[in-house]
Order: sequence, then structure tokens, then C-alpha cells
Amino acid sequence: MTVGADKNNLLEVEDLAVRFYTLRGTVHALEDVSFKLGQGESVGLVGETGCGKSLTARAILRIVSPPGKIIRGNIRFEDKQLLELSEREIRQIRGNQISMIMQEPKMSLNPSMRVGKQVAETLMIHDKSLGKRGAYAQAVDMLNAVSIPDPKHMAKRYPHELSGGMAQRIMIAMMLVTRPKLLIADEPTSALDVTIQAQIIDLINNLIDDIGSSVLMISHDLGVVAETCDRVIVMYAGSVAESGLVRDVMENPQHPYTQGLLRTLPDAIDPGQPLYSIKGTVPNLMDEPLGCRFAPRCPQATDRCSSQKPPVYDVGPGHQVACFLHEATSPVAGTSVGVQL
Amino acid sequence: MTDTAREDALKPEVVRQMRRDARKRYFQDSYTLWKRNPITMIGTITIALLILIAFIAPLLATHDPYEQILADRLFAPSAEHWFGTDNLGRDIYSRVVHGSRLTLMIAILVAVISGPIGLVVGVLSGYLGGWVDEVLMRISDVFLAFPKLILAVAFAAALGTGLENAIIAISVANWPGYARMVRAETLAVRNSDYIQAIRVLGAGRLRIMVGHITPMCMSTLIVRVSFDMGAIILIAAGLGFLGLGAQPPSPEWGLMVSDGRDYLVDQWWVSTLPGLAILIVVLGFNLIGDGIRDILDPHQRQS
Repeated sequence: MTVGADKNNLLEVEDLAVRFYTLRGTVHALEDVSFKLGQGESVGLVGETGCGKSLTARAILRIVSPPGKIIRGNIRFEDKQLLELSEREIRQIRGNQISMIMQEPKMSLNPSMRVGKQVAETLMIHDKSLGKRGAYAQAVDMLNAVSIPDPKHMAKRYPHELSGGMAQRIMIAMMLVTRPKLLIADEPTSALDVTIQAQIIDLINNLIDDIGSSVLMISHDLGVVAETCDRVIVMYAGSVAESGLVRDVMENPQHPYTQGLLRTLPDAIDPGQPLYSIKGTVPNLMDEPLGCRFAPRCPQATDRCSSQKPPVYDVGPGHQVACFLHEATSPVAGTSVGVQL
Repeated sequence: MTDTAREDALKPEVVRQMRRDARKRYFQDSYTLWKRNPITMIGTITIALLILIAFIAPLLATHDPYEQILADRLFAPSAEHWFGTDNLGRDIYSRVVHGSRLTLMIAILVAVISGPIGLVVGVLSGYLGGWVDEVLMRISDVFLAFPKLILAVAFAAALGTGLENAIIAISVANWPGYARMVRAETLAVRNSDYIQAIRVLGAGRLRIMVGHITPMCMSTLIVRVSFDMGAIILIAAGLGFLGLGAQPPSPEWGLMVSDGRDYLVDQWWVSTLPGLAILIVVLGFNLIGDGIRDILDPHQRQS
């Protein structure tokens, strides 16, 4: 399907499928999700609510909880196949090599524990030799690094004594204190005030530049992704619709869904226009995925779209689209060599 | 940087002062709620007295609780023997006073034994789920299928008589209730975001259960155990009465009630006065329990 293991890639997700086995039937939450993330690269994962962005992240860390189940796929991280590791082995990767910032910072901190101790705990999980005191000292340093004023005293606060922005800084400190190679940021700013969002994004960017981590930035905010990411992956209803450099995808979207998605943004050049919306609704994921998931809403759909799943086409360097519209003009991805930037 | 500016205003001294104030307010509100409810006050005073009496029992006792003066048997209450004497001529008042120590010891030991067992079983069952949950909960179902007293009697009989065995028997009958409650609490906590977050950090099950779930279950467990104190004392007295608990000559209240059984018609005080002591203490614990629930209920605080 995709180009073989490229050593420059930190993470390669291939053909990932996750299903939820509920009483009312099987939910095909992720189907054939494939993407790559290079060393030091930051990639945005965008799509509307429920399209499987967060689930993809959870699948990478293998924390999909029942009734959800990863039924197929490969996730390669460096030289490890994450889906084949034992529970003990994956635990050594979680928090240490791959960390994830959650959406709700205040809910993601243990209300009964002082924040300094929580940051220190991350270290202690992965480096027993550090000792309580050493870990705590490092945690306080980390609080300083996430620009928390007076970290020594702030470390003794409880989560309810912090504002949302502060809590998110603590969360970032918790997740980055081990200097992971990959940071997954699951809508890190969606629960925050607009004024603080930019600060948090800047903070994440600065820290990962220092550490040299790669980032998978999950967001439904195209602006955030455009600003911070090198590449973007657009997901729709559990599948990847389009992926490519941010500039390519934003300026020259090739998938009808991406085109629609970009048209929904308010237009600064021509204000006063009514907001655009994509007709129809997201398909029921209970249905067996036949063909392109976007076909029912797609203005350019043909009969074939609803019965046959489109392969991924290379429409430009590193720019891939899963849509039959490009059948005539572009080669199927993986047939040409060296498409990866 | 509005956020930082706001946090900056909260200097450590200020925060400490705020915390102190909040704590003070909490205690003031608790005191108001406590005072508002005379029943709780009565319960609290009763139990405070019980604890005080247990501590200074030797000072309060007028006689040696074990000394038998057969010539003085079955004296009615008088200035010399405030609660009268029993069939072996022992001073009932002194025995009741010393018995408070036993009662308190039983209640505390049972709480200390069965509470942690319930906690461990509940957390394991709730967090691990699957077959562990199934097995542990079916075992606790077996225990819950019998009335506590019957179960305690059965265990006490199997273990042999004696105060220690009675304590073990009551604990064995008592833990499944706690396990059930802790399991429910664990199920509520286990899917919360911060447990997810700590999992994402690579924490193992043991760390999550010990460091993050157990502390969240403690408060409910402590309240529940304090509610149960009255019932524990009743069962202990029941075992003593049946001859399965404390053995003569120890001044255990249930045992004393049983001793006076034969004389109930003519020498009513032998049974009745220790019985009253049980009544008062159990009532005290139950009254205090209601009050604790009201005081700890956050909804009450707003009104």
C-alpha cells in the first residue's frame, strides 16, 4: 500500500482500523488510516468532530478502551511495531517516548494531588533511579520551562487552584518532562480562552523545538494547524481524505471534502457573505463502509464512488488524495518511489 | 498575559492565607451544621463521653471489676454499688465502665481490619474488572447472602470462642459491604480523564490503583465505616450474649446481659443496666452517623 519502511520516519501508521463492538452493531470508527510522521516534523490532523482524530491518537498509544478494538494495521514507531508490543513494553513508550496532551487540562489532573508531585510522577514512572527528591526538583525546573511563575510555590498547588491556562501548562510539563520523541497534542487549546490559546500553542512549539520532538497536532481549527504544522492530514468519517504540505493542501485542496472544509472558513477578503456549509450529514459509521465515505455529500460524486473505495493518488510531491477524480491524471500512491518529503 | 498576571497576584503568602481561610470557613460551616442539628450534638456528646470513660475507666470505677464477693451477690443499686452487683457479687457499675474499653476496642479493631480488606478487594475488582471482578464479587455475594449477625455467629462458632475470634468473625462478615461500595467508587473514578492521563504517561496498574484510585475511595469508606460502628457494637454484644464472643470474667456488655438473664424478673438491674449502656452507645453512633452525612454533604453547605 504505502512505501516501505523509511528510516527517516519516526512514526508510520498503516492500514489502521478500529471498530467498536456495541450492542446495536459494529461501529467502523477507523478504516484504512495510513500516514507518516517524519523525525522532527509537525503534522496536523484535522477533521470534524467524530471523524476519528482522537481515536487515531489513542490507537497509537494503544489506549482504545472497550468496546473499541484495533482490528487491523501496523503502527511502527522507530524500530518497534507498537501493536505487537506487550503491555509492559508499550508502557515504557507511553509518557516516555510518546506523550499526549489531553483536551481538558483541568479534568486531566488528579484533583487530590499537588501538581508538582504529578509532574514528578511522570519521571518516577520511567526512571526509578531518580528518587522522589530528584524527580521533584526536575519537575519544578520543568514548571519553570513552561513559564509558570514562581514554580516552587506553584508546585504545591492543587489543580482546582489553577486557571485553565495554568492547568494546561502543568499538563504540558507533565507530558514533556521526559523529553518524548513524539508529542501528540489532542486539541490542546479547545478548552481554553482564546487569549490563552496562542500562548499555549507558542509554548508547545518552543518546547518541542528545544527537545526536538515531532508533533502530531490534532485540531479542528485549521488556523492553528496552518500556523504550526509542516504537513496536514485531513480525515473524514474514519478515513484519510487528503494529506500533504500545509501550503499545498490549504491553497490547492484536491479532495472535494477538503475543498468544502476550506470554503466553510469565513472569508476575510470578501466579508459579509453567508457562511458556507457542506450539504448533508456525516454518515452513520454503523454502516459497512462501501466506497468513499464522502460520496453521499460530494458534489462531484459518480455512481462508482458509493460502491468502490478510491485508492490514494499522488497529486504532487508528498500530496496525496483518496479520490477517483485524480484517477486519470495521477499515479496511485506507492507506485512511484520517493514521494515522501 | 492576563493569565500570568492574575496568577502573579496570588503570591504564596496570599495563597496560604486563602487556604487557611477556606479551611476555617469549612470548619465554621461544619460547626454551624453540627449545631443546627441537636440530634447530632447528642450523638457526638455520647460518643465523646464513651471515649472519655474508656480512657479514664480505672479512675471512674468504684470497685475492682473482677473482684467476686459472693456474700454481696445480687445487691440492688445503692450508694455503695451504684448499679448493684451481679450473681458473683461484682460491682456492675465498675464492670460497665471497664466494658466501655472493650466495646471501643472491638469497634475500632473491626473497622481497622474490615475497612482495608474491603478497600483492597473493591479497588482490585473495580479497576481490573473481567474475571477478577467476577470472582471477587461472587465471593462477596456469598457473604452478603447471609445476614451479618448470622454470618458472624457462624464464623465465631467455627473459629472458637474468644474476643479475638469474635473480632475476626465480625470483620469477615463486614468487609463485603465495603468492597461493594469501594468498587462502585472505583468504577466512577477509573474512566475519569486524569486516570486516562496517568495511563498515557505509562503508569502501571499498581501505581494507578494505589496512588490514584485508593485516595479517591478513602473518604467514602471512612464515612461508611463510621456509620457502621453502631452495628458492629451490636453484633459484638450479640456474640458475647450467645457466649461466642468475649468470655467470662471479662466485663463485656453483651456477656453481662447474658449473665443476668436468669435473674431478669427479680434482679432486673443485672441485665438491664449493661443493656442500657449498649443502647446508649449504639444510639449515639447512629445519631452521629446521620449528622456526619449531613455535614459532609456539599449541598447542605450552600443553603
